[in-house]
Amino acid sequence: MGMAAESQFHVLAVDDSLFDRKLIERLLQKSSCQVTSVDSGSKALEFLGLRQGIESNDPNALSTAPVNHQQVEVNLIITDYCMPGMTGFDLLKKVKESSAFKNIPVVIMSSENVPARISRCLEEGAEEFFLKPVRLADLNKLKPHMMKTKLKNQKLEEIEEPSKDEIGTVTAAAVVPEIKGSTTTEIEILPLQQDLVLVQQGEQTLSTTNKRKSMEKGISTDRPRPRFDGITTAV
Amino acid sequence: MLGLGVDRLQADINRLLASLFHQGVLDEHFLQLQQLQDETSPNFVYDVINIYFDESEKLLRNLRLLLMDREFSDYKKIGLHLNQLVGSSSSIGARRVRNVCVAFRSASELSNRPGCLRGLEVVEHEYHYLKNMMHELFQLEQQRLLAAGVRYPI
Repeated sequence: MGMAAESQFHVLAVDDSLFDRKLIERLLQKSSCQVTSVDSGSKALEFLGLRQGIESNDPNALSTAPVNHQQVEVNLIITDYCMPGMTGFDLLKKVKESSAFKNIPVVIMSSENVPARISRCLEEGAEEFFLKPVRLADLNKLKPHMMKTKLKNQKLEEIEEPSKDEIGTVTAAAVVPEIKGSTTTEIEILPLQQDLVLVQQGEQTLSTTNKRKSMEKGISTDRPRPRFDGITTAV
Repeated sequence: MLGLGVDRLQADINRLLASLFHQGVLDEHFLQLQQLQDETSPNFVYDVINIYFDESEKLLRNLRLLLMDREFSDYKKIGLHLNQLVGSSSSIGARRVRNVCVAFRSASELSNRPGCLRGLEVVEHEYHYLKNMMHELFQLEQQRLLAAGVRYPI
C-alpha cells in the first residue's frame, strides 16, 4: 500500500530478557521497522530524553548517547510488563505523564493473561496489550497507531517550517506541546486525506480484531481512547 | 550423486521435525520462528534457541538452588522464574516444556514443596530432551548445508 511516509517507523523495544529482545527485534525488522532495544524502563526513558521524570532539553544530560536524542523520532514503544525495578506499567505512566512523549503509542506485552492487569494498562493509555508469544500478525495491527504519530509529526513540521525538506526528521518532540490545540484542527492538508482514510480504515479493522481477541480473553475493549489533536480517527 | 546426500539429509530433517510435532515436543510457534529467518538474518533460529538454552539453564539452576534450601519459602520467586520459562518456551514452540512448567507453577502457587520438587524434575527432564533434539536438528542442518555446498567440477 502506498504510504506518504518516506522513512521507516522507529520502534523502541523494552524487555529485560535478552531472549525476548532478540525475538521482538526480529519480528519488528520483519515488519520493516527500525528497532532500538533496551533492557529496562529507565534506559527507555533515558533514550527518549527523560530522566527521573524531569524532561531534559540539555543534550549533555544524555552522556551515554552518541546522538542528540531529541532528533530521534520514536513512533511506538513496545514494552514487557514484568520487569525488575520499573515495570512496563510504570513506564507507560511516565510516558503518558510526559507532555513531550505522551502521544507516542505504547504497547504492553505479557506472558500472563490477567484481565485486571490488561484493563489497567488500557485505561492508563496503552494502545494494545499483546499476550506472548507475540506473532507477526499482532505487529501488523501497530501500523495504524504508528502512522498517526508520523502523520501528526509531519503535519507539525509543515506548520513549523514549510520551506524545509519534506524528509526532515522531527526536531524536538518537545516542541509538540507548544503547537497543540485549536491551531492544528484548522489545517487541512489535502494530500494526506487518503492516508487519514487509511488510518480510519485501519482503526476500524483494528477495533474489530481487538474486540475479537479481547472477547476470546474475556475482557472489555471499552476504554478511553487517546485523543490526537488535529487528526480525526474513527473509534 | 552428491545431490542425493542433500536430499537424504533433508528427508532426515523432515522426519525428525514431524516426529517432534507428533510427540507434542514442538508446536506451530516453532514454524513461525523459522519463518522469521531469512537472508538478512540467516542464523536467527540457531541464535535465538541458543539464547533460550542459556537463559533456561540459569533459571533451572536458580530453581534448584531455591528448592534445595531447607529454609526455602519464597514461592513468589519460583513463580517469577517460571513465568519467564513459560513465556520463552511458548515463544520457541517448546510445547511440552511449557506445559510442565505450567504444572510446576501451579504447585508453587499452592506452596506445595514436594509438588515443586517433582515439578522441577519433570521440567528438567523435558528440557534436556528438547535440547538433545534441537542439537540433533542443528547437526543435520549443518550437514545438509555442507552437502549442498559441494559442487560438481565443470
